[in-house]
Amino acid sequence: MRGLLLGAMMAGLTVGAAWAAPRTYAVPDPTAQLRPPKDDGLTAGYEAAQGNCQTCHSVDYIATQPPGRGKAFWDAEVAKMIKAYHAPIEQADAGAIAAYLAGTY
Amino acid sequence: MTDPARRAFLKSAALGALAAGSGLRPARAGEDAHLPFGNGERPLVAYPGKRPLLQTTARPPQLETPFAVFDEGAITPNDAFFVRYHLADIPLEIDPEAFRLTVGGHVERPVALSLAELKALPGRTEIVAVNQCSGNSRGFFEPRMAGGQLANGAMGCARWTGVPLKSVLDKAGVRAGAVQVAFNGLDRPVLPETPDFAKALTLEQAGDDQVLLAWGMNGADLPWLNGYPLRLVVPGYYGTYWVKHLDTVTVLDKPFEGFFMKTAYRIPDNPCACTEPGQAAAATVPIGRLNVRSFLTNLTDGAQVKAGPVALRGIAFDGGSGIKEVAVSTDDGATWIQAALGQDLGPYAFRPWSLATALTPGAHTIRVRATANDGSTQPMASRWNPSGYMRNGVETTRVQAA
Repeated sequence: MRGLLLGAMMAGLTVGAAWAAPRTYAVPDPTAQLRPPKDDGLTAGYEAAQGNCQTCHSVDYIATQPPGRGKAFWDAEVAKMIKAYHAPIEQADAGAIAAYLAGTY
Repeated sequence: MTDPARRAFLKSAALGALAAGSGLRPARAGEDAHLPFGNGERPLVAYPGKRPLLQTTARPPQLETPFAVFDEGAITPNDAFFVRYHLADIPLEIDPEAFRLTVGGHVERPVALSLAELKALPGRTEIVAVNQCSGNSRGFFEPRMAGGQLANGAMGCARWTGVPLKSVLDKAGVRAGAVQVAFNGLDRPVLPETPDFAKALTLEQAGDDQVLLAWGMNGADLPWLNGYPLRLVVPGYYGTYWVKHLDTVTVLDKPFEGFFMKTAYRIPDNPCACTEPGQAAAATVPIGRLNVRSFLTNLTDGAQVKAGPVALRGIAFDGGSGIKEVAVSTDDGATWIQAALGQDLGPYAFRPWSLATALTPGAHTIRVRATANDGSTQPMASRWNPSGYMRNGVETTRVQAA
């Protein structure tokens, strides 16, 4: 793999501008999925999480956080997404997302 | 990922490296790694140009180096070097001919330099230096905190090739009144409202001859995910300052106000950079130099070893004063033996250490403690801070000899 990439690179350098071409990179697609809610009360938050979180990041960001940290932890995380990173999450959705995350992770 | 040729190309790379039929998908459950903290399951995924690494997150990519790599030597191979991005719009197409580094702001003559022009500048040099993530080892803090949940593999040591940032600043002519230099790369946020990842150094830090604009890593071009085609190398400082895909340098006549300096990557403003566990800091400052650390690399926690003579080895490093000594205890800190230091690749590099000792039958708790030339050493118990940065307590490896 590296050999191929380096080879392509060297060809670009030595053959000159006529052969120069942009180099590209392909990242594997995310595969992690949000865990289904444990009870119906968390469904709204699950759906809101589905609709919002993956705009900016894969959901392994959620699953790798320490387990069982509770509502305050997830309230703070959702608030950080809104205030620091300007995620366009409605206030009602924010509470539901935090409740779903706290009840699921 | 719709181009079949590209998919096949990537798949064959993953197959070769992983010997798994799953292509680019995470390895099968049996091939997952398990870091020793809650929610520590990590798929091992081979990205193009990388061997299978622990995938902390997929988008943006965050990849941790399997700890066994650090037993291979003081230089971390390019295909094993950790990857950390903050924002998901990472560059996927770069034309090395068209690439320009622009230097502007509070300067006499704004300049735009091609890679060829950069490589032709005077002062081309190499330096061996450790790049360590501020949050390396975050997963081990207790109480735990939010953030990238890393074990000890978000660090690496490479030989970087580049030109001093100073030579480019001199070319542009820093104007009187300049106080800081800001750095931005090609990676961008998904939403335009999200703060872009950009960092700043003081003019004094930026003027250090050892701060490089680097295109080379261990004799090859920078791997894509480590900042191709150009990155900032700030020896002795945490990786957050080593801006990847660097294309914009801006000299400032007032302090930089960006989120990743003003709000994120800050540590308690006190000598230990620590607080009582669970407590916020009264005041904070931007994170700076690496503190001193050391690791045993050839035995893992829980290992079974043969009683009798045993060779221990590992690595130590600090923020640039260099390693003065490494002491090893096989009785949980009751007695200490001085290890032999290995090849010196410079004060910013991993310093190998080794010790020939013996283990009696039974349980042993091995501790490793480095002291740097500036007199700093590692606390026996790691201190705590709200963001989980700068962990450097004396590491513990429990083994059973029989």
